[in-house]
Amino acid sequence: MTSAASTPRAFPGERPVTEAVVREHKLNAREYEAILALLDGRTPTLTELGIFSALWSEHCSYKHTKPVLRRFPVEGPQVLQGPGENAGVLRLPEGWAVAFKIESHNHPTAVEPYQGAATGVGGILRDVFTMGARPVALLNSLRFGPLDDPRNRYLFAGAVKGVGDYGNCVGVPTLGGEVVFAPGYAGNPLVNAMAVGLLRAEELITARAQGVGNLLLTVGARTGRDGIHGASFASEDLSAESEARRPQVQVGDPFTEKLLLEASLELIRSGTIVAIQDMGAAGLTSSSAEMAARGGVGVELDTSAVPTREAGMTPYEIMLSESQERMLVVAEPAQVEAIRAICQRWDLDATVVGRVTDDGRYRIIHDGVVVASIPGRPLVDGCPIYEPEARESAEAVARRSRTPSRDDLDPLEALERLLDAPTIASKRWVFEQYDGTVRGRSVLTPGGDAGVVRVEDTGFGIAMTVDCNARHVLLDPYEGGKGVVAEAARNIACTGARPLGITDCLNFGNPERPEVFHQFVEACRGIGDACLAFGTPVTGGNVSLYNQSPTGAIDPTPTVGMVGLLEDVTAAVGSHFTTEGDAILLIGRTAGHLGGSAYWAELLDCVGGPPPPVDLEAERGLQEVLVRAAAGRLLRSAHDLSDGGLAVALAECCIGGPWANATFGATVDLARHADAVSDLGWLFGEDAGRVLVSCAPEHVAALQALAAEHGHGAHYLGLVGPAEGELIIRRDERRWQWSTRRLRAIHLEAIPRRMAAPGAAEE
Amino acid sequence: MTIRVAVIRFPGSNCESETLEAARRAGATAELLDYRATSLGGADVVILPGGFSYGDYLRSGAIARFAPVMQAVRAHAEAGGGVLGICNGFQVLCEAHLLPGALLHNAGQRFVARPVDVRIERTSTICTGLFRPGAVVRIPQAHGEGRFVADEATLDALERDNQVVLRYVPVPGSDLPHNPNGSARDIAGICNPAGNVVGFMPHPERLAEATLGDTIGQTFFASLVGAPTSGAPA
Repeated sequence: MTSAASTPRAFPGERPVTEAVVREHKLNAREYEAILALLDGRTPTLTELGIFSALWSEHCSYKHTKPVLRRFPVEGPQVLQGPGENAGVLRLPEGWAVAFKIESHNHPTAVEPYQGAATGVGGILRDVFTMGARPVALLNSLRFGPLDDPRNRYLFAGAVKGVGDYGNCVGVPTLGGEVVFAPGYAGNPLVNAMAVGLLRAEELITARAQGVGNLLLTVGARTGRDGIHGASFASEDLSAESEARRPQVQVGDPFTEKLLLEASLELIRSGTIVAIQDMGAAGLTSSSAEMAARGGVGVELDTSAVPTREAGMTPYEIMLSESQERMLVVAEPAQVEAIRAICQRWDLDATVVGRVTDDGRYRIIHDGVVVASIPGRPLVDGCPIYEPEARESAEAVARRSRTPSRDDLDPLEALERLLDAPTIASKRWVFEQYDGTVRGRSVLTPGGDAGVVRVEDTGFGIAMTVDCNARHVLLDPYEGGKGVVAEAARNIACTGARPLGITDCLNFGNPERPEVFHQFVEACRGIGDACLAFGTPVTGGNVSLYNQSPTGAIDPTPTVGMVGLLEDVTAAVGSHFTTEGDAILLIGRTAGHLGGSAYWAELLDCVGGPPPPVDLEAERGLQEVLVRAAAGRLLRSAHDLSDGGLAVALAECCIGGPWANATFGATVDLARHADAVSDLGWLFGEDAGRVLVSCAPEHVAALQALAAEHGHGAHYLGLVGPAEGELIIRRDERRWQWSTRRLRAIHLEAIPRRMAAPGAAEE
Repeated sequence: MTIRVAVIRFPGSNCESETLEAARRAGATAELLDYRATSLGGADVVILPGGFSYGDYLRSGAIARFAPVMQAVRAHAEAGGGVLGICNGFQVLCEAHLLPGALLHNAGQRFVARPVDVRIERTSTICTGLFRPGAVVRIPQAHGEGRFVADEATLDALERDNQVVLRYVPVPGSDLPHNPNGSARDIAGICNPAGNVVGFMPHPERLAEATLGDTIGQTFFASLVGAPTSGAPA
C-alpha cells in the first residue's frame, strides 16, 4: 500500500464533479462551499463528493438536530456509556451491564418492506454486539396506514415477516413492541427496531481507532452494489420517484449475521482487537471516518483490497455500499493471524484494507492511486449546523381546540368498536411470527405492558418496552413528549421493574418546515424534562427526518425505548387478571380527559383537543408504588391505562394473554370516585398516570397504604369474576355489561380478519 | 456414572446454550461439539439443537445433513446410541433419513411461535421415560417449517409401530388451531422403531427452569439421563 500524499485524482471513467452532480448528491451551496474550503479550493473527486454526501446527510451528521439533542439529560450513576457510541450502556447489579439502542429503517421499508424491515433488525443487532454485548431481546415499533388499503396490508405483512425472519434466524427473542395504524403513515410507514444486549461491564469496548500503524480489517460479508447512498436516501422526502430507489435497499442475510455475532463477541473477548464498528448507514465510509475521528487519528484505506461480490466495483461504490453483515476492525499488525483464525472458525473472512495514520487525513487509495484525501475530523463534524425556524402552525393550534361533532355513542358499542380498532386490538397475529422464547430466558413475552428477560444466571431481570402516542405528540408536542416517556416508564413499572434509561428514535417530517421543526423541538423538550424527572437518562438513539410523502408529513413520532431493572425476576407482574375473587384497584387520578383520546379519534373521527397533561411528580410516585408493591408481592396484575382508557384496560385484563384458554369476568362500580366526571370521560378518558391492578383481597389495605405514602389514591373498584364471566361496569343506576368471551374474540380477530382480505400478498 | 451428552453446533444453530444447560441441570456431563468433528468423543447421547443451520437457505436441515459430524451421528444411531433432534435438529434427522418423512413449510405459510399442547404418545424412548403415558404437556414451539409429511403407508407404519412420540392435541377453550403447522395426523415428533432416535418440533429446553413459570420441559432431559425428576412423574 502506498502512502501517497499526492493530490487525489479522479478514478478512471468517473464523472467530473459539476454543479448538477453536487445537487444530485443533496449538498446545498453552503455545504459545497464548506467542502471546497476544506479541500483548499480544489474541486472534489466524485469519490470525495460521495463521501461528503453520505457523512453530511442528516442521517449521519444530525445537522438539523444536534443543538436540540444536546439538551437531553445524559448523565446518571447508572450510565456506563452515553450517546455517541454504537449503543448506550447502563450498569446492572453484580458486574453486569445492559447495552441497548433503537434505530429507524423507515425509507427502505416504504419501498421494499421485507428487506427494509429485516435489515433494520440486522443493523440494530450489530450496534449492540459491537459494544461487546450479547443480544438478548428485540423490540420494534411499526406504523402503517389503515388496513383497508391493500398497499398498507402489503407493507404491514412484509415488514412483520422481515422483522420475524431476521430475528428468528439469528436467535434473539422479540419481547415487545407496538403497532399503530393511522392515516398519516400511509405514504411513509415507520419501522423502528430496538435491540437489548448483556455484557460484563469490564468487557465494554468502544469504536475508537487508535495506535498509528494499526491495521483496519473488514470482517464478514463481501461488499456489493446494494444500498449505495442509503444514508442520503434516508435524508430526503419520499416521492413518486422513491420506487426507483428499490435497488438502494440492502438485502439481509441473517445466517451470516449469526456467524458475525459469534465471531465479533469472540474477537472482543480474545483481546486481539483495538476497536470494532458495524458498517451500517454509509457503510465503510462512516465506520472508518467515525472511528478515526473518535480516536483523533487519520486513516488510509485501499478500496482495491476490499473483498467485493462483483468485479469492477469503483472506489465510489465500495465506499458507499451498504451491503449488510460487515464489520470494520482495528487491530495491531501482530494480531492479524489470530483474528483470521477466529473468523475462520465462524466461516468468515477477515481482510486487511487499511491502516491508522498520524496525519489526521482520511485517504482512499485504489490500485495505488489516491482517489480521496480529506481532513479527517471536519469530514465527520464539519458539516454546517442548522437551527431551522420552529413555529407552530395555525392548523396545529386549531386542532387543539377541536371537539367531535357528536358525543353520544352507546358505551356498549363503543368499547366493542375500540377493541376492534387495529391499533388497540390484540397484536397476536404479529408477534406469533416472532420467536419470543429462544435462549430460554424469557419471563414475560409480548402481549402485556413490557417484556422481561432474566439476566443470564442471576436472580434479576430487565424489563423493556417501546412506546409513543403520536396523536398526543401531534396535538401538543411538549405534553405529548413527556407522555411518551411517562407511558414507557409506567409500562416498565407495571412489571415491577424500576426504569433505568431510554433510547429514542425521533421520527419526524421535513425539518426545513417550521411547523415540523416546532414539533421536533417541543417533543424533545418534553422527553428531556420527563427523563430528568424520572432519573432515566437518554443513552443514544437515532433521528429520522424527512418522513414526508406526497400525502404529507407523518404524525410526529418520537418513539422511546426504555429498559428497567427487576431486582427479583421471580416477582415479575403480568398484565392480566389471574384469579377469581381478586380485588381490582385503580391507582392514579381520573379527570375524564377525552382530548386526544382514541375514543374521539377512532370512533368520532376527531383528532383534536389538548392531550392529557402529564404530572411528572405524580408519575414518579406511581412508579415507586408499583415497584414496591411488586417487590412486596402484593400484586397479581398491573396494567397501564392508555388508548381507550379504563374501559379498554379493564377489557384487556379480562380478555387475558394471547394464549389464555379462558377469560375472566369482572364487576366494578365507579360510584363515589370522580363524581363530576361524565360517564364517557370515566370509561374512555385517557388521563395520564393511571394503572389498573388486581390483588388478593387481603392485600388491599397494604396497597392503599403504600399508594397513600406516595401521594396516590388506590381506588377500590370491584372484583375479578369467574372464568368466561361478564365484564360489568356500574355507575349509580347505570350498568354496562359485556360478554368477555365476545370481547376476546373481537380483540383477537380484528387484525387477522382484515389481513384475510385479498391484497396482502400483492405486488 | 454420569451420562455424557454432546450438543452439536452447526453454523446457524441458536438453541445450543439453553439445551446444554437443560442437559447439565438434569445431571449430565454436557459439552458443545463442533459440526466439523469426526467423532462424538465418547458421548452417550447426541442432541441436534434448534436454530437455522446454514440459514435454512436451501431447505431446513438440507445442508446440515452433509456436515462432517453427521457420519459419526449416523454410526452412533445405528449402534443404538441416543440421538435427539429438537426443531431444526428434527429437520436435520429427517433430511439425513435417520427418521422417516419430511418437514415442510407450515400450512399457514407463516412462522408460528406459541405454546402448544402435546400428548406423550410413547414413553419407551430416550427422552420420554419419566412421563406418564398419555400425559399432556404445554411447551413452547417456534418454527416456519414444522409440517410433518410422509406417504400414507409410512404414516400407517409409524402409527402401527408406535413411533409417534408427541402429538398436538386440542386445547379446551383456545381459539387457536391445536395443530400449529398442519402436520399429518397432528404429529409433533417421532422416533425410530427402537426409540433411540427421536425428533420433535417443540422446545422443552425453553421451559425447564422455575423462574420461567414451569419446569415441565426439564422432564425430557431428566428422562434422557435416566435421573429421577424433582417431583412425581408428570
